[in-house]
Amino acid sequence: MATTTPSGSAGTASPTPRKLPSLPPATLVKWLRDMHLIREFEVRCTQSYQDKKIGGFCHVYIGQEAVAVGCTQAVKPEDPIITAYRDHGHALARGMTARACMAEMYGKVGGCAKGKGGSMHMFDRPNNLYGGHGIVGAQTPLGAGLAFATKYEDEVINGGKNRRVTLCFLGDGAVNQGAFYEAMNLAGLFDIPVIFIVENNGYSMGTAIDRGTTMSHDLCIKGRAHGLKEATIDGMDLLAVYHDMHELAEWCRENSRPAFVDMKCYRYKGHSMSDPRKYRTREEEERYESNDAIAKFEKALIDHGVVTEESVKEMLKGVREEVRDSIQFSNESPEPPLSDLYTDVFVEPWGRYTGSSLPEFMGGADNVCGFRSTDGKEGLV
Amino acid sequence: MSAVLSNPVFREPSTLGGPVREIEFRDAIREAMSEEMRRDKRVFLLGEEVAQYDGAYKVSKGMLAEFGARRIIDTPISESGFAGMAIGAAAMGLRPIVEFMSWSFSLVAADPILNNAPKMLYMSGGQLGCPIVFRGNDGAGGQLGSTHSWCVEGLYSNVPGVKIVIPSCPADAKGLMKTAIRDDDPVFFLESERMLGNKGHVPEGEYLIPFGHAAVRRAGAHCTLASWGRPVNFCLEAAEILAKEGIDCEVIDLRTIRPLDLPTVVKSVKKTNCAVVVDQSWSFSSPGGELAALIHKHCFDDLDNFVHRVHSDDVPTPYSAKLEQEYLPNVRKICEAVRSATYRA
Repeated sequence: MATTTPSGSAGTASPTPRKLPSLPPATLVKWLRDMHLIREFEVRCTQSYQDKKIGGFCHVYIGQEAVAVGCTQAVKPEDPIITAYRDHGHALARGMTARACMAEMYGKVGGCAKGKGGSMHMFDRPNNLYGGHGIVGAQTPLGAGLAFATKYEDEVINGGKNRRVTLCFLGDGAVNQGAFYEAMNLAGLFDIPVIFIVENNGYSMGTAIDRGTTMSHDLCIKGRAHGLKEATIDGMDLLAVYHDMHELAEWCRENSRPAFVDMKCYRYKGHSMSDPRKYRTREEEERYESNDAIAKFEKALIDHGVVTEESVKEMLKGVREEVRDSIQFSNESPEPPLSDLYTDVFVEPWGRYTGSSLPEFMGGADNVCGFRSTDGKEGLV
Repeated sequence: MSAVLSNPVFREPSTLGGPVREIEFRDAIREAMSEEMRRDKRVFLLGEEVAQYDGAYKVSKGMLAEFGARRIIDTPISESGFAGMAIGAAAMGLRPIVEFMSWSFSLVAADPILNNAPKMLYMSGGQLGCPIVFRGNDGAGGQLGSTHSWCVEGLYSNVPGVKIVIPSCPADAKGLMKTAIRDDDPVFFLESERMLGNKGHVPEGEYLIPFGHAAVRRAGAHCTLASWGRPVNFCLEAAEILAKEGIDCEVIDLRTIRPLDLPTVVKSVKKTNCAVVVDQSWSFSSPGGELAALIHKHCFDDLDNFVHRVHSDDVPTPYSAKLEQEYLPNVRKICEAVRSATYRA
């Protein structure tokens, strides 16, 4: 497995300029646009938070754009992905519209979950994004389960060969959650085709990785202990992410085996909106920002003549317009009706849930049995 | 998610004909799981010792031989991991049955079973559901001590988005388990180690028992005894003793506590003007406390006395057989509560 191995943390080494992958220029341009879109989206999201349009907890992805874009582009649309609470970038990279993503944070009906999930819980079933999970590490057994299900469907139900791989993103803080070790053990044991991508931005909230994690200089040892294939990837280099993740994903798909990725990257902003970042220096931040993944990829595309400075300007204009439109859409999208409070609690094949565990209120006095069969007839046969 | 629950055949097992067939509680659960696994390949069973060991309590005995290791899956001792994994699989449309050897062990899986399974549908705005069954032994076994004797319904019934089933007899166990497996929502199915060997008539043939539909186990005129799970059997014993004293009890088996069939209880209390709730979980913030409050609300003018409650005592479960028997909602305590409620004390 060829992987880049930056010395030290992400971006401190300058990898030799890569050849562009032999893909249609339009694809490469789309990747650049996707990264710009995520960054612009997160900048405007921060403003909206400060304007009190967005509530609760909100974690922006600025700096890590190459990870979400590179990883999602390295797999197929039918490959499930699941992530933690810093999820706007993954949602946009997977194809969620800026409108649906922003409106969700505004708590409006136009949001991907009709305003019921919020910033940390982005779900997009048509695009195979299974959240958006707020509890650190909770998504890791779930991610193993998504992959278990695709394998089960392909092999047990359809009697064929495994054909999908699941990407399960987590932060370096989640590496210390027990659930993650259980998930890796199960994945290794049951040959589950899931890739645990540790977006190692060096900090779990305000705790530097070496203050919270043993063997942080060799994070892959955590996966190695469970027999997982491993890779260390420079997450500040889109081409490295795409190339290495594509190779790894195909190996996992073909062999139906799990993998562990130490994806070295950097979070330019704080953990959340209320983080003054006193635990690190401005010099450190500037060092990473000067190795920005978007700027590097943009330069590579210009150098190879795929885009021009002019066309990039046009692209940015379009990106700004798209994000501006998402904010206008979110402002105009209606608040959820109060009746939405009671929907989506149960699939409930026997009647509508009305905020009570008491079936008497579901269908009025006649429905004393508290159930309604699907043909509309009530009562026991 | 596609509703597998197409035209379910809901029947009361007591209305089904056929020869008397007495089987154990554990056999009834196994029959339900096996029948559903035969009809739907998306259903599979996983948990500790469910396959090669034939189940720690032999509930899954023989299932590995029929369905193979791809569908009857031994897991490591890793509740948080395998419960979470099964929830992920359910989100993708499979229909897992997760066996907790004891519901007491589910406490280490609290995050996935309480934060993911019941909330996924809501948080995703209806995009992703979680058609999953968690099942295992609940409540005091026999001298298992404090850590292994949890009545988790006291904790978990507080959470919206889950359905909680607590059967009291083999026939119900089968019919309710089949409904649980076909249900599109997460179902917590609470068995009792002390009842797994209980025998009862389980009719041949297909039947499902709907959730939220209580059974009147014994008709009576003087006092309504409302309960679920193992204590229903204690209520029936107590009713026999009380009958000899001239107190005629009506025993209602709720079968599921979420949803809760309040109308059947209310109808009974309006007749008897007296209610005793028997619940094995601890009294504070319990489903029994909830039911008592609801009876007070809906039968306020019908009650001749406040609703009495019988629970496990408010202490950690003791090991000593004598103390454990005293701790549980036993027949003596139920009789005392009914005498007090009917002013016969």
